[in-house]
Amino acid sequence: MQGSTADTETMMNVAGTTAVDHHADHPDFRIFGLIMFLIAESMIFLGLFAAYLTFRAVSTLPEDQMPELELLLPGINTMILISSSFIIHQAEDSIKENDIKGVQKWFGISALLGIIFLGGQVFEYSNLDFGLTDNIFASTFYLLTGFHGLHVLVGVLTILAVLWRSREEGHYSEESKFGIEAAELYWHFVDVVWIILFILLYLL
Amino acid sequence: MTQTVQENLPGSSPPPAHGHHKPTTWKTYFTFCEDHKVIGIQYLVTSFIFYLIGGALAVGVRAELATPQVDVVSRELYNQLFTVHATVMIFLWIVPAGTGAFGNYLLPLMIGARDMAFPKLNAVAFWMIPPAGILLIGSFLVEAPASGWTSYPPLSLVSGQFGEMCWILSLLILGTSSILGAINFSTTILKMRRPGLQLTQMPLFCWAMLAASALMLISTPVLAGAMILLSFDLIVGTNFFNPAGGGEPVVYQHMFWFYSHPAVYIMILPVFGMISDILPVHARKPIFGYKAIAYSSLAISFLGLIVWAHHMFTSGTPPWLRMFFMVATMIIAVPTGIKVFSWVATIWGGKLRLNSAMLFSMGFVSMFVVGGLSGVMVASVPFDIHVHDTYFIVAHLHYVLFGGSVFGLYAGIYHWYPKMTGRMMSELWGKIHFVLTFIGFNLCFMPMHWLGLQGMPRRVAEYDPQFATVNLICSIGSFILAISTIPFVVNAVWCWVKGEKAPSNPWNAISLEWQTESPPIPTNWEGDPPLITDPYAYGLKPGRKAIGAIRGSDLWAAKP
Ligand code: HEM
Ligand SMILES: [Cu+2]
Repeated sequence: MQGSTADTETMMNVAGTTAVDHHADHPDFRIFGLIMFLIAESMIFLGLFAAYLTFRAVSTLPEDQMPELELLLPGINTMILISSSFIIHQAEDSIKENDIKGVQKWFGISALLGIIFLGGQVFEYSNLDFGLTDNIFASTFYLLTGFHGLHVLVGVLTILAVLWRSREEGHYSEESKFGIEAAELYWHFVDVVWIILFILLYLL
Repeated sequence: MTQTVQENLPGSSPPPAHGHHKPTTWKTYFTFCEDHKVIGIQYLVTSFIFYLIGGALAVGVRAELATPQVDVVSRELYNQLFTVHATVMIFLWIVPAGTGAFGNYLLPLMIGARDMAFPKLNAVAFWMIPPAGILLIGSFLVEAPASGWTSYPPLSLVSGQFGEMCWILSLLILGTSSILGAINFSTTILKMRRPGLQLTQMPLFCWAMLAASALMLISTPVLAGAMILLSFDLIVGTNFFNPAGGGEPVVYQHMFWFYSHPAVYIMILPVFGMISDILPVHARKPIFGYKAIAYSSLAISFLGLIVWAHHMFTSGTPPWLRMFFMVATMIIAVPTGIKVFSWVATIWGGKLRLNSAMLFSMGFVSMFVVGGLSGVMVASVPFDIHVHDTYFIVAHLHYVLFGGSVFGLYAGIYHWYPKMTGRMMSELWGKIHFVLTFIGFNLCFMPMHWLGLQGMPRRVAEYDPQFATVNLICSIGSFILAISTIPFVVNAVWCWVKGEKAPSNPWNAISLEWQTESPPIPTNWEGDPPLITDPYAYGLKPGRKAIGAIRGSDLWAAKP
């Protein structure tokens, strides 16, 4: 071996063990991880949105075959989802005061609003006069709203899971609130995606 | 006591069920184990087995191409062979080996953490790989996918629904695994470093993994989106990509390449990082241009996201757009060139230790340069219009993927094998492996440049008889390549059991992963890991000029 050991040792630059900070617990990186995951999630939606916009730009489908969409019901649905985002945010204040009852109240309302949203969407689907495979815009409509609906469903289930766990005394507290924060963050994400989706599909 | 220290460091979650208490035996590797070292080796061995399978498929392809006629396999089977070959090599060998195997094994050891940020997620990500691979390869029993690893519609909509769905499902699983991996890598690098270790003090492999993880997070989901749309076209009968029903096949190409161009950097960036860490150790010199290499990884990562349509110069892309993608693509050669020159400057005048790891590293640099140069050639629109879909592309991609990624992965295995197994590999067999690989590789792929320039199209089972001799040479090269894996496998397996015991730091390396036992104990270090702020401080004697302070003119004037 050509490199001399002495060489290596003098150059090692090994600082003495510096004071390691003495937190009892190492920090919790799960929210950070969730944010990474949401970056990936937004890229799926971004990809699908870009595909949709490209279809819009290049498709030669005659104007009169474009799917007709009602605005009233989805408009109400949008309002519901946006307000649920504000409501679920209240839980954040509640948990800061260790008020589990408050968390349960706000999470309960949010889950209910999410379910109403899903119900509204199913109702809308059943009243549309075009089907999944009619043409490319019918397909993109169902695919985008359906894929988003799936995310709403996951969001509702997460909220319900947090509610279920919160029955146990002391499961969540001011210090240990990952589940609450995660469900809230995910719900905001689902909400923001919907707003973009609504603008793209219904308004543009 | 170890226990108290453990609690103070990032990554010291309560000891997981496996690994930390039970000693690691061969059985541990078949369990859902959360130890990053076990997972790293699981990735490495699994992906290498897939490499052997992918290699066998390639031998099938080359056997068919040894003569101009369709003789060894049918046209249909030929299509399935090259489709599954490419998919296995990319998604089941290079991506999991570069990121999953080395990323998991090395990152915590290099940054002084006890484990990855999310050990359980890590194990989940690994265990998604075997079923996805079995699904893809098992499809041969019924009907394998046959529309190429790119799976362009409308071809993929008519080439067999069953095989195509196997391909899509397999890719969706592998993509998810890759995203979960990237979440773990990025969080670990950004959050789990030993207190006091700054980003700019990390080994360059960590920077490369950070850049690769960003690409995995940003681009893989778009591929998943394309897969979802494609499977609707296949099964439900929508027409997103089917021109017959008013769909747009080119949109698929955009979505596919928005992932698959970055994917080539997902496959090469970790290897860039490994080479940057191997060369200084065996050249006994500091790395040349640490920051340039680190930041050029980030630059490649960013630029890699905005060049995808260079794969679509002949897909009706409008001229102004082709111009943009041509220029952007050529710009990538700049950060890539920065790395190559830094590597050359690192070994320049070093006391080279010509062992297997070093031979493969230097093989990597030289072969990758050939692929990089042909890359710049095909980046130029007028040239690419002539060679697109010819064997020139096959030559280019194998020089970067085989000459690049695979040579680099071999270098990494030879270099870190003592750390992983606690045993040394046989240098003699390593050198035989290198020589056979180097000769076989060049014999197989160098002539393909010529074939492509002469107009031989890719992805066909039969060809014009004028190309017969050169194709035979390529096939002979591929058989040598197949044989070359034998000394490696024998060496790796034999030495794992019977090899000479490795000391903790056989190469006298400085970086942190060598400052612990071989193989490391489950908690990686007894007590605190040392703080190493300059992992490349080789051979710097007091009074001598630091390599970072040297100018180009000094370099040329210096006597080696
Ligand atoms: C200097 C850097 C590079 C440049 C300028 C470059 C450019 C290109 C271009 C323009 C093409 C499309 C040619 C065509 O299909 O007509 C291509 C194909 C390809 N490149 Fe590169 N490339 C570079 C580096 C790499 C690297 C590092 C890898 C992988 C590690 C890679 C893997 C591939 C693959 C797999 C294909 C073929 C894709 C297919 O059609 O199946 N390239 N390259
Ligand atoms: Cu590319």
